[in-house]
Amino acid sequence: MAPTISHFVILAALLLGIGAAGVLLRRSGIAILLGIELMLNAGNLALVAFARQHGNLEGQVFVFFTMAVAAAEVAVGLALLVAIYRRQQSIDVDRLSVMRW
Amino acid sequence: MVMTVFVVAAVLAIVSALVAVSHRDPVINVLSLVVTFFCVAVNFALLGANFLAAAQILVYAGALLVLFLFVIMLLGAPQAPESGLHRPVQKTAGLALAAIVIIGGVLLALTMKVLPPASPVTGDAREIGKAMLTTHAFSFELISVLLLAAMVGALMLVKRKH
Amino acid sequence: MLNLLWLVLAFPLAGTCLLLAGARRLGHRATAAIGVGSAGLSLLVTLGALVSYAGMHGEVVTQTLYRWIAAGNFTVDLSLRLDSLSAVMLFFVTVVGFLIHVYSVGYMHDEAATAYARYFAYLNLFMFAMLTLVLGANLLVVFVGWEGVGLCSYLLIGFYFEKDWCAAAGKKAFIVNRIGDFGFLLAIVIAFKAFGTVDIAGLQAAMAADPEAAGRWATVLAVLLFVGATGKSAQLPLYVWLPDAMAGPTPVSALIHAATMVTAGVYMVARTSFIYALSPTALLVVAVVGGVTAVFAATIGLAQNDIKKVLAYSTVSQLGYMFLGAGAGAFAAAIFHVFTHAFFKACLFLGAGSVIHACGGEQDMRKMGGLKSHMKATYWTFLVATLALAGIPLFAGFFSKDEILAKVFAAGVGNLHGYGTVYLGLWGLGVVGAFLTAFYMFRVVYMTFHGEYRGSAEQRHHLHESPGVMVWPLRILAGGSVVAGLLGVSKAMVFDWFDSNWFEHLLHPVAPAVTVGHHVSLGVEWGLIVLSVGVAGAGIWLAKRFYFGPEAGAVPARVAAAWPRLYRTVANKYWVDEIYDATVVRPTNRLAWWLWKGLDTVVIDGVLVSLAFFTEIAGDLLRFVQTGNVRNYALMVLGGAILAAAWLLL
Repeated sequence: MAPTISHFVILAALLLGIGAAGVLLRRSGIAILLGIELMLNAGNLALVAFARQHGNLEGQVFVFFTMAVAAAEVAVGLALLVAIYRRQQSIDVDRLSVMRW
Repeated sequence: MVMTVFVVAAVLAIVSALVAVSHRDPVINVLSLVVTFFCVAVNFALLGANFLAAAQILVYAGALLVLFLFVIMLLGAPQAPESGLHRPVQKTAGLALAAIVIIGGVLLALTMKVLPPASPVTGDAREIGKAMLTTHAFSFELISVLLLAAMVGALMLVKRKH
Repeated sequence: MLNLLWLVLAFPLAGTCLLLAGARRLGHRATAAIGVGSAGLSLLVTLGALVSYAGMHGEVVTQTLYRWIAAGNFTVDLSLRLDSLSAVMLFFVTVVGFLIHVYSVGYMHDEAATAYARYFAYLNLFMFAMLTLVLGANLLVVFVGWEGVGLCSYLLIGFYFEKDWCAAAGKKAFIVNRIGDFGFLLAIVIAFKAFGTVDIAGLQAAMAADPEAAGRWATVLAVLLFVGATGKSAQLPLYVWLPDAMAGPTPVSALIHAATMVTAGVYMVARTSFIYALSPTALLVVAVVGGVTAVFAATIGLAQNDIKKVLAYSTVSQLGYMFLGAGAGAFAAAIFHVFTHAFFKACLFLGAGSVIHACGGEQDMRKMGGLKSHMKATYWTFLVATLALAGIPLFAGFFSKDEILAKVFAAGVGNLHGYGTVYLGLWGLGVVGAFLTAFYMFRVVYMTFHGEYRGSAEQRHHLHESPGVMVWPLRILAGGSVVAGLLGVSKAMVFDWFDSNWFEHLLHPVAPAVTVGHHVSLGVEWGLIVLSVGVAGAGIWLAKRFYFGPEAGAVPARVAAAWPRLYRTVANKYWVDEIYDATVVRPTNRLAWWLWKGLDTVVIDGVLVSLAFFTEIAGDLLRFVQTGNVRNYALMVLGGAILAAAWLLL
């Protein structure tokens, strides 16, 4: 028995949920970025699965673009974290509320 | 045989993903995420996307996560324990939303029509490269601009003022 | 030459634009050259056009410049119309206007360069507007000129706008005129509604083609047009702006009172005489308003001490005569009086300006006197114009005023439209008015030029004749005051020997007189002439007794002391301004105040303030959503994404 598309989508959903939980529950900036990476990867997996299902390459090309965007996002996100850390010696995002009312 | 590989890769991916988001030590987080990404790459390969599987390992596991490690080391590896305010609403709502995402995705996967794959597509570098430089040439150029902007932006953000 | 007619309008307009554009750069000399030059060029073109027109035997010349409005069947062209009526108006508007421009060069010379340029720009614009009014071939173009002179009168009367009362006088002129203009506008709308055209020739043709509709609408149209005329030509009850109009520089008063503006109403009535001819009621209204205004304003003139105010009320009174003539169906006689009046009234105002100039801005006649020896030219020209206004034979005013009174008398005797007794009564008023006119005008002459000088020693030292640029216009206008009347000598005066009334002939095709049917015999006509001359002579004699010689002013003082209440009523202009203030101005102000404090502040502002208040409250409550916590935001983003996905999938 070969895995069908449902298996891959279920795996993608689980990874997405775990990533979302990481983003929402962790207070460390780095953990949040990691969660986002995980969510993006889950999306990629679903895209490839659907591309396979429909029998064309569009989904794979899209994944490639997603990877590039993720790379850009990580670069900027990490640069932000470094800048924040320099400013207040911490990357706890709950302390990032200086712009609050 | 294929199913066995899938199940092993899937279980390993989920377990290491859980570790990656829940462990306190950021280094452990990153390393277990590497494991997850490897498993996802295995899944890509199972789906016939060979080039993507290679790119996944090179870009994510190789480049991105190393960048994470660099930053973690730069900022001082073990972070102070997360203490202070507990946010029960945030926690409950976050868990609920994550659960909704998982349940929704699973429901979607179980209810959708499963058809046999239309025709086996081989996602080798030749095919993807062709598609990217012909049909998606504009998006491709756009991505390069985005990467350049991100690079410049990152430099600007971390540059010291003096 | 006639196809260059548009240049008559173009030159003053160009002058205005040049002067307004260059007000800050031009010196006195350049300003005067442009201002007077444009008026002079306009005059030259006019004379050329009139010479070519003279050979055309009274045809109507129309020149269409371009199609202004085209909406379905309704079209309005920007077109000019030259016929004998507009030719007459064109002639004296440009001549008198040009002379006033020349005079202004001297009179306004002490103004700063910017004000000087502004003054000439407005003066040119005034000429342009008046010429548009005169030459307009349809009511809409006439209306443009009509509003234009209203605007210019506002600008020029309020020329010294730093002074409150001058600005107020300008505002008053504008607002009172607007009331009349509304009538004119309504008339235009009704003309379009009833006959589908606003073209004057087209309207005349349409009314001739459909006598039934014409009869139905004639009275409404004529009365509404006359409402417009009462505003512009200062008749009861809208005359109040004209006496205040002397707040402007004196040459402006001359321009408003003589050549432009006030003659517009009479011109418009003559222009639309074909409507009036169809409506006995409207004619009667015109005649009654004119006759009553003639005497009413003359009585006010008796008790004024400001030299320009006397002249202003005399203008109102003379305009009353013009409407009286028009109301008796003698449109040509009315325009004839407009024509002669333009010369002697311009001469009188410019003469008064010369006097005021000499006395250092003093306008109160009680502080003048004995100026005869100091300013000979001014005195003689003023005297000639006064004699013309008083109706002394051989001077212009005699012929025109007598013509009007004769026509009114003929209308009374001939029982015109069955209102014979009314017209006879109005004729009586006219004769009384002639007596009052002679009296108050010679009162001015005696108080100003005869007797001893009553001003301060410093002013006496300053007395001087005005420069040539001011005196020469006076001389020319005085000459006009003598000869202008010869154009319209009535048949009776030459014993029916030949038809000497050239003026009436000229205007007959355009504004034919309403036929009375009854012919007044030669003897009666001469009787009327002798009567009016006698009445004028009596007025002059009385004025001399009261205001000349060692006991000057004693009798009027006794009269004033004997009937103080009557004197104060007349001297205060019958309290008309106060009555208008109490019945119209203050209620309007109070209404505006209530609308401000009640409607605007409470209702409109209240709604807006409460809307703003609710927005603020909503913002105060909603800002708690902005926790400032990144993870909360992430939570909301994910929640939103889930909702969006659910929306798409379900």
